[in-house]
Amino acid sequence: MARAHLADPHMKKTAQGEERMETAEIDATNMETKELNGRLRDLMLLGVQKIALRNVCGQRYIGTRLYNPERRKVEIEIFGTPGNDLAAFLFGHKITVHGNAQDGVGNTMDDGEVVVEGRAGDVLGFSMRGGKIFVRDSVGYRTALHMKEYEDKRPVLVIGGTSQDFLGEYMAGGIVILLGLGGKSHKGNFIGNGMHGGVIYLRGRVERAQVGSQVEISPLDGADREIVDHYVSEFIERFPELGLNKEEILKDEFMRLSPRSKRPYGKLYAY
Amino acid sequence: MKSFVFPEFHIIRDEAKCGQCRGCERQCAFGTHTYDPVQDRLISDDYKCAGCQRCVVFCPKDAIEVRPTQSPYRQNASWSREKMEDLKKQAETGGVILTGCGNDKPFRIYWDHIVLNASQVTNPSIDPLREPMELRTFLGAKPDFMDIKSEGDDVQIETKLSPNLTVETPILFSAMSYGAISYNAFRSLATAACKSGTFFNTGEGGLPMEMREQFGKCAIVQVASGRFGIDAEYLNCAAAVEIKVGQGAKPGIGGHLPGEKVSREVAATRMIPTGTDAISPAPHHDIYSIEDLSMLIYALKEATNYEKPVSVKIAAVHNFAAIASGIVRAGADIIAIDGLRGGTGAAPKVIRDNVGIPIELAISSLDGRLRKEGIRNRCSIIAAGGIRCSADVIKAIALGADAVYIGSAALIAMGCNLCQKCYTGKCNWGICTQDPRLAGRLNVDIASLRLSNLICAWSHEISEMLGGMGINALESLRGNRDHLRGVGLYEWELEVLGIKGAGE
Repeated sequence: MARAHLADPHMKKTAQGEERMETAEIDATNMETKELNGRLRDLMLLGVQKIALRNVCGQRYIGTRLYNPERRKVEIEIFGTPGNDLAAFLFGHKITVHGNAQDGVGNTMDDGEVVVEGRAGDVLGFSMRGGKIFVRDSVGYRTALHMKEYEDKRPVLVIGGTSQDFLGEYMAGGIVILLGLGGKSHKGNFIGNGMHGGVIYLRGRVERAQVGSQVEISPLDGADREIVDHYVSEFIERFPELGLNKEEILKDEFMRLSPRSKRPYGKLYAY
Repeated sequence: MKSFVFPEFHIIRDEAKCGQCRGCERQCAFGTHTYDPVQDRLISDDYKCAGCQRCVVFCPKDAIEVRPTQSPYRQNASWSREKMEDLKKQAETGGVILTGCGNDKPFRIYWDHIVLNASQVTNPSIDPLREPMELRTFLGAKPDFMDIKSEGDDVQIETKLSPNLTVETPILFSAMSYGAISYNAFRSLATAACKSGTFFNTGEGGLPMEMREQFGKCAIVQVASGRFGIDAEYLNCAAAVEIKVGQGAKPGIGGHLPGEKVSREVAATRMIPTGTDAISPAPHHDIYSIEDLSMLIYALKEATNYEKPVSVKIAAVHNFAAIASGIVRAGADIIAIDGLRGGTGAAPKVIRDNVGIPIELAISSLDGRLRKEGIRNRCSIIAAGGIRCSADVIKAIALGADAVYIGSAALIAMGCNLCQKCYTGKCNWGICTQDPRLAGRLNVDIASLRLSNLICAWSHEISEMLGGMGINALESLRGNRDHLRGVGLYEWELEVLGIKGAGE
């Protein structure tokens, strides 16, 4: 296995006069998942705040091993294609992928931000409880499955394109926005099956038959418009190269999908 | 609609003894006893009685007796009373019949058809009161081989060892979540586990923040399909992480905590809004294959910096041994198998009573399969579902388990009488309820003492039985089926259990 080399970390003097690495780089060529994540962790513990990963090719769980009780935060830039479970259990860090992402991005993510400059695979944002994920293009099946919210934690998923089937299945909280950019129509079925919390905003149309029976379809009200306006702005900020115009996006028709009841299983039992 | 169901229990009050103190009225959350000021006496409604015996135990005058009623129907071997009454309940409501606790049907209990060996004359027996008896068990993956470096007297293990759990006795508390059981019951289990050198399992309800520092070291934290209460801190504060795939009481189905039970505290621990249904889907939706399971196992190992063993819990079903082999290859350090008689706080009765296989057969086929494939060392086996006494524990170990989980047994130690009404949330014993008035009845100091007493008593008995067999370390009994014989079993059963018939 090729050894990873640490490109010269950029040192900077802190106020206390200690020398401290601000940024670092890892060449992930031929590196195993475990080794890459171990190096990431070491850099975080050294106090590095920004880490660039070059030549990433399928290494999994990037960001997962960065739990630390002191709640240190790092920013990671990924060049290449990270493997499955990117940002799983993410604890407040920020990850940008200059490329596509695979399955399981943001699995049970707690806090932080993931930006994917491309498309993402299946089970994106599964059981995610906090933080934000922005995907420039479209996403695969089972997106935002069982996403939830808790007190001030309300996860947000903004997808530039559209998603495949089972979007928002079992969804219990959070906000999902599908922008359908580039004229992408929403062809996914079984949207919001078993949904009992949270909200999905779609730009464009879906037919009743595409949506689960527990889901109510309604137009956006003023509060919804504010939410969508806010996150569309954030989306545009993260992908300036797309040259998007917010007014253009917002003037189109949006649909709001929300659960009919928080208690889908209320009347199932004999006594 | 008039209900055609007869009462299951009959309450007999000795009016001469009853002092009208109304204690029974206060004790019963089902509203069975009411005081009639006109007659100055207590009236009991048999229809409301769950048979939990709380009022009987707490009547200061010993004036109450609660007896199961005789079947009022004409005797019928096919149409038992239970079948008829469940059917009536469904005709009256159109709903699924819910129940609690484990399968109560008369499936063969193999523990009661297996007898243990003892030494006579040769290989003399050992007195555990005089000689050391090793019950300590290590749970986790063991290496295929070990490189050892020795210089003089100094011996060093060169091979990198996997993280293991050290249990002082092979009995752990099974997964019971805060939400299913009360805070006091949950805390009693945690307290007793720490005191007894063993572990408790959080189930899928999270671990309350204020318990993490003190009890995290004896907690196995569960990751189930609803992913409730899980963040990196929860995973890292614990001794081990368990992925729950299935449960013996309800294999193949998910679960849900009804909104009524999601109080502010339960909501905070599960990290969900107060009053919503907490739904655990039937499968993990990120696991549709062994490869996917492996992905989650390693995601958890990554999240805990490879410092903790990862367990996978499955229900014992028909083809489970092949699945379990896959689970070991997927990287699990521990496999927990839960048999047909495993308990629950709520399950559809039809599932509880009809799905799964007995744990005794499951232990034997799993241990046998992993041995045959040469991968038995790569994981430990924890057996669960129907362990009632120390003899069951020792038989489980001789059949091939490393340790056992006890659930119902622990609850009984705290006061549970298996009335099976856990799903109502009205547990008069303060165990399976979120009603603060009821939950407050369970005193953590007393309940945890009852639990640690149980562990202590069983450990002594296990030592006695081991000594009787001439064995001084539990390790030597593991999978040692020569010490077991079957009585009254068919040949196929002996074959699956891997034991000989008595006298052979």
